[in-house]
Amino acid sequence: MSAWLAKRGGWLWAYAVAYLVFLYAPIFLLPLFAFNDSTVIAFPLQGFTTEWFKGLTGVPALTGSVKTSLIIAVTSSVLATLLGLCAARAGVRYRFPGKGPILGLIMVPLVLPEIIVGVSLLVVIVSILGAPLSSWTVILGHTLICTPFAVAILNASYQSLDTSLEEAAIDLGETPASTFRLVTLPLIMPGIVASLLISFTISLDEFIIAFFLTGAEPTLPVYIWSQLRFPQKLPIIMALGTILVAASVVLLTLAEIMRRRGLRRAGAKDTGGFL
Amino acid sequence: MKPLISLSGLTKSFGDVEVLKGIEAEIGEGEFFSLLGPSGCGKTTLLRIIAGFETPTSGALLLGGQNMAGVPANKRPTNMVFQSYAVFPHLSVAQNVGFGLRRSGLSQTEKGKKIEEALGMVGLAGYGGRAAHALSGGQRQRVALARALILEPKVLLLDEPLSALDKKLREQMQSELRRLQRQVGITFILVTHDQEEALIMSDRIAVMFDGQIAQLAAPQELYRRPVSRRVGDFIGVMNFLPADGRLEEGRDIVLDIAGLGRTVVEQDQCPAGFVNGSGAVGVRPESLQILFEGEQARGEVAKGEVAEVIYYGDMTYYEIALPGAPERLTVSMKNRAGRPVLERGVAARLEWDASSLIYFPA
Amino acid sequence: MISWGVFHWKHAPFESPPKLLPQCRKSPLERAGVSHNLGRTTEHVSGDVGLSAGHGLSDAKKGLLLAAPPGLYAVLLLAVPLGAVLLLSFWSQDFLTLDRTFTLKNYREAFTEPLYMLLLGRSLLIAGAVTIATVVLAFPIAYFVSFYVRPERKSLWIFLITIPFWTSYLIRVFLWKVILGYNGVLNSSLQGLGIIEEPLTFILYNANAVVITLAHAFAPFAILPIFVALEKIDRSLLEASRDLGEGKFRTFTRVTLPLAMPGVVAAILIVFIPTIGDYVTPRLVGGPDGLMIANMIQTQFLKLNNAPLGAALAVIAMLSVSLISLGIVLATMRWMKGGK
Repeated sequence: MSAWLAKRGGWLWAYAVAYLVFLYAPIFLLPLFAFNDSTVIAFPLQGFTTEWFKGLTGVPALTGSVKTSLIIAVTSSVLATLLGLCAARAGVRYRFPGKGPILGLIMVPLVLPEIIVGVSLLVVIVSILGAPLSSWTVILGHTLICTPFAVAILNASYQSLDTSLEEAAIDLGETPASTFRLVTLPLIMPGIVASLLISFTISLDEFIIAFFLTGAEPTLPVYIWSQLRFPQKLPIIMALGTILVAASVVLLTLAEIMRRRGLRRAGAKDTGGFL
Repeated sequence: MKPLISLSGLTKSFGDVEVLKGIEAEIGEGEFFSLLGPSGCGKTTLLRIIAGFETPTSGALLLGGQNMAGVPANKRPTNMVFQSYAVFPHLSVAQNVGFGLRRSGLSQTEKGKKIEEALGMVGLAGYGGRAAHALSGGQRQRVALARALILEPKVLLLDEPLSALDKKLREQMQSELRRLQRQVGITFILVTHDQEEALIMSDRIAVMFDGQIAQLAAPQELYRRPVSRRVGDFIGVMNFLPADGRLEEGRDIVLDIAGLGRTVVEQDQCPAGFVNGSGAVGVRPESLQILFEGEQARGEVAKGEVAEVIYYGDMTYYEIALPGAPERLTVSMKNRAGRPVLERGVAARLEWDASSLIYFPA
Repeated sequence: MISWGVFHWKHAPFESPPKLLPQCRKSPLERAGVSHNLGRTTEHVSGDVGLSAGHGLSDAKKGLLLAAPPGLYAVLLLAVPLGAVLLLSFWSQDFLTLDRTFTLKNYREAFTEPLYMLLLGRSLLIAGAVTIATVVLAFPIAYFVSFYVRPERKSLWIFLITIPFWTSYLIRVFLWKVILGYNGVLNSSLQGLGIIEEPLTFILYNANAVVITLAHAFAPFAILPIFVALEKIDRSLLEASRDLGEGKFRTFTRVTLPLAMPGVVAAILIVFIPTIGDYVTPRLVGGPDGLMIANMIQTQFLKLNNAPLGAALAVIAMLSVSLISLGIVLATMRWMKGGK
């Protein structure tokens, strides 16, 4: 048995499975507690209930924060994808002075601690501009941190797009604008959708920056944070979390399907992963 | 020949790199014209300038008498078959072929008819409904051809269209392209690095080295009378021997050739223009003959030794070492019935003829 | 009959005489059903790959024009704000009034107050521990997916690994509190199995809990770069090593590991740098001994209204992280060159 394991990378298999358990442990627990008929988040489980899910609907602060978060996530993902389209096209198609530094700066938020992003925007908006915090300030921050992800996804789209396809359209009489509409856009559409979905998911889940920049209307994570202090609210948060996880998984699966379809359509080889 | 395209003083630089250094050429109406050269010689850039994808740094490009400066690619009467074919993967075969008809003002039925005709012309009748990404390489190329020809361009530009195909299909497409060109009567400009392909297909060939046209001539002339050692070496196989040349009676050229001795050639055997002094003599492998036992010499004979034998089936290539010649001569012999294949190391009689020599002054 | 003479707008300036085109038959090879796949080769002599209709803007200008919106956005909302933080750190604040005279007061306070230095030191230590734990745990997974998973399954595995990362961060961290707590999932399971008698207490409300939780949060960030580096390794190099007489283990240490180093270094940096900036995990599972510098920065900005001091702390934290990162890069530079 152990000889077989060693030969087929079996120990690595076992490790990989254990690692996945470690990765998924919190996510598996979530629905357990969301349907558990007890206000205490602990084992043993007490019985099945859907009460916590019903409790979600009667909280105006919660529904308000969901609405705020949705508006912010939609706006940020559209802005980030538009900026990402520009950056990805410039990066893949053109050589220009200052290309490295400019594209590098755009990607910086990927490695910058989020608190630095939050603090620095707070300083500019509040201490220097004296502007009030609102959903817009959160959108500014979220667009900033979503753009690098959009660039990474759309870079891949543009790289798998044969330049001569666009040239062929021009050659056949189309203008640059109609070429973009008839050839480029349909071929990078899966990348655009993936970018929108990923950016949406990031923004919806982002807490650290939102906490610094949120105005009178808190985002959903900021609301959740405020509720984590109250033990009796926790089961409702578990129910909310379950819904969020399910929604994230659906969105990400859609994004992955779109990404693969895009690669297949362009006839490229799958190299895996969003990042 | 009625000129359709005229290139004068065309140069192109990318940054500090000068890719084209003054191109002068005229390309005729209905001509099959090839740009032939090794990679990096500027042939693709020249094609892309004609298409309008590159702007020349200086010089003029006239098409049908009109200056093309400032005319963008989508307004030029040229269409291109790309090296990668650039068949739109998200469209069907018919949508690909009809792509350029979008602004033609034709009705759907007229368009459909034209598309079917164009598909039939390239041998893809009935393929209209297929998805483009499911096609084979050869089929994609036919789609790209139909898509370009349906717009009835004045000039069809082909950027290494056959380089991605395997040998058999390539040979078949060569004759098909040639036939198609005669059928439609449009000027074809082909970019290729394959000298054989250029010889087979073209009416005229421009051989390019380092951003310049080294020689522009019909295939036969190019093969028989290369203007430089480099052209002779690039087109087919050519043996070179050091030689000294001087002009006698102002007419004939007397050559002292290492390994072959003294002979007289005519002025037109020196296409580069004669200069007194030393140079090199070029001779094609098929212009040399090995005399087998019992065969009578009709020309001059040199005696040497078989240094290498390369057997090709229909042909045998011999490398013959001649005393006094610094390099071995390659000789190609048809393998006829009853003709033996010589062994390495045996003595060989080499027959040659002064009229098949080309002289290149240094 | 073919309507080849229809005037096409594009060729309007040129006369195009009608031509008769007899239909050509399908080629023998195609009829025989022989098809050939296209292997793409591109030989572009020019460096220009832009979409140019010919005579408009130069490539450099088009590139700049395209890069301008995201570039300006990054300058205005990233570079300028970072500069503002630096500037702010040299100002001072008294309650709500900002004094804009240049002062080193904040830095003096940051370096002399033991609490700040303690938090900074602890943050760097925790970030270091998180980085080591994450990368060491992640390497075998990346290795496994790259070398043992069938190619068509690889992207599924990468997808599985990335999914937890995209699910609600706050709730994930909170659930670790549930798992690691005194009556938590881990303790009750271990007790139930009879492995331990008393609940383990060293796993919640201290630095250990922070390390475990963050190692979980940053897992994909560590796995992906290592995976990409491993994927790039030409498998024939490993066979060459075996062929030259090295065993499996020595092949790993002499070939695989050096070649994977760029990915490992990227993983180290991409985990280490953002970890410093996390204040949620320390707050939820760290307890008083697990608080980090980011908690103090947040407090200075949002609770104590001393933004300049918070800015100074942020600058100090960023500088320390940058210096350490630079050190890591320099230290591994020779290694990475040797690997290439």
